[in-house]
Amino acid sequence: MALTKEQIAHRIARELKDGYYVNLGIGIPTLVANYIPKGIDVILQSENGLLGMGPFPLEGEEDPDLINAGKQTITTVPGSAFFDSAMSFGMIRAGKVDLTVLGAMEVSENGDIANWKIPGKMVKGMGGAMDLVASAKNIIVAMMHTNPKGESKLLPKCTLPLTGVRCVKKIVSDIAVLDVTPNGLKLLERAPGITVEEIKSKTLGKLIVEGDIPEIVF
Amino acid sequence: MKKIVTNAEEAVKDIQDGAVIMFGGFGLCGIPENCIAALVKRKIKNLTCISNNAGVDDFGIGRMLHQRQVKKMISSYVGENAEFERQMLTGELEVELVPQGTLATRCMAAGYGMPAIFTPAGVGTEVAAGKEVRNFNGKDYLLEYAFNADFAIVKAWKGDTDGNLVYHETARNFNPLMAMAGKTTIAEVEELVPAGELDPNIIHTPGIYVHRIFQGVNYEKRIENRTVRKKT
Repeated sequence: MALTKEQIAHRIARELKDGYYVNLGIGIPTLVANYIPKGIDVILQSENGLLGMGPFPLEGEEDPDLINAGKQTITTVPGSAFFDSAMSFGMIRAGKVDLTVLGAMEVSENGDIANWKIPGKMVKGMGGAMDLVASAKNIIVAMMHTNPKGESKLLPKCTLPLTGVRCVKKIVSDIAVLDVTPNGLKLLERAPGITVEEIKSKTLGKLIVEGDIPEIVF
Repeated sequence: MKKIVTNAEEAVKDIQDGAVIMFGGFGLCGIPENCIAALVKRKIKNLTCISNNAGVDDFGIGRMLHQRQVKKMISSYVGENAEFERQMLTGELEVELVPQGTLATRCMAAGYGMPAIFTPAGVGTEVAAGKEVRNFNGKDYLLEYAFNADFAIVKAWKGDTDGNLVYHETARNFNPLMAMAGKTTIAEVEELVPAGELDPNIIHTPGIYVHRIFQGVNYEKRIENRTVRKKT
């Protein structure tokens, strides 16, 4: 069985370490906040100017001055701090944010990422994605392994306009967990019931398979 | 020193066709609602707007787009606006997309008196086209120039009669950066107090950067993406 979006987020949450400052992108990455392991303190950064993002507000407690980068109403946790957009990207550029999780349309075998533009379609803009991928120390991509036509989104080379080059460190897709290495995409884990053969058939980029590949256990 | 103006109409009365204007705000959060309404009323045209986003169809900069007042939009993300999309696809509207951190830091550079910055954002992508690339300590960076704006229009929570500003929560965003970057900076605030009433320790934008200030009225503070959780 391929992983659900929640399960992808759950698996990514296992990469969190105590004390991490983390930026979560829009979509599946946002769900990672629901699976932070017990006993671990993680501080969420929202690039519109907040450290210490809390859960969504209760109905009736929405504050129009308090939103996340997806423009959703949010709350703060004790110890939070507000700052302007230059400082926000300053801390990202300076490598202070430990982990960035974001979605992708395509990732290449050397860690290039494309996630902002499809030629011929309305371009909405890159927002903060180019800044994040250019500077983050550790980038994990949450994505579907294939597009709706069943074609691999893990490629030898991205076909869409790039967001950043050689920056992705790890990929958690609906069928596999992979590390981006200098030699290609190294298969680490597979979704329950998904065979290595299936992952091979759905990965166009160079795939490295060494030894037994364990199933992800939830 | 007289920085106080009566209202938004007076604050924007000398902005001419073709002006380059910065607007603070992130989405609809912390946007100068009163000044945008006054610019919509004045119907000046051929504006170049520097703003992280372009509002929605019937609010924020979207209202100026509807009247075709904007010639060029410089933003990082413009996704929530059907009229914007139409004008962009027909070529009526020129759009320059800039990575968000680059946009913020180009404003900051202007306010700090620096002509340009180096940033890794966009290296190896189409954003890098035609730009100088410099390698520092083994990593490539793009040369990006400071913005040059005729006017910066910002929204603050509190301000005083000397132009000192304090922002509220994530409504701060681009506002303090743009406040520093305008040749003329206009601030609208929710609460205007006499100089001396704000604690000097907590001022976000010192009044030296602010040329005109007024207390705004009837803030709608529209929420773009209301998201709540259930009581458990």
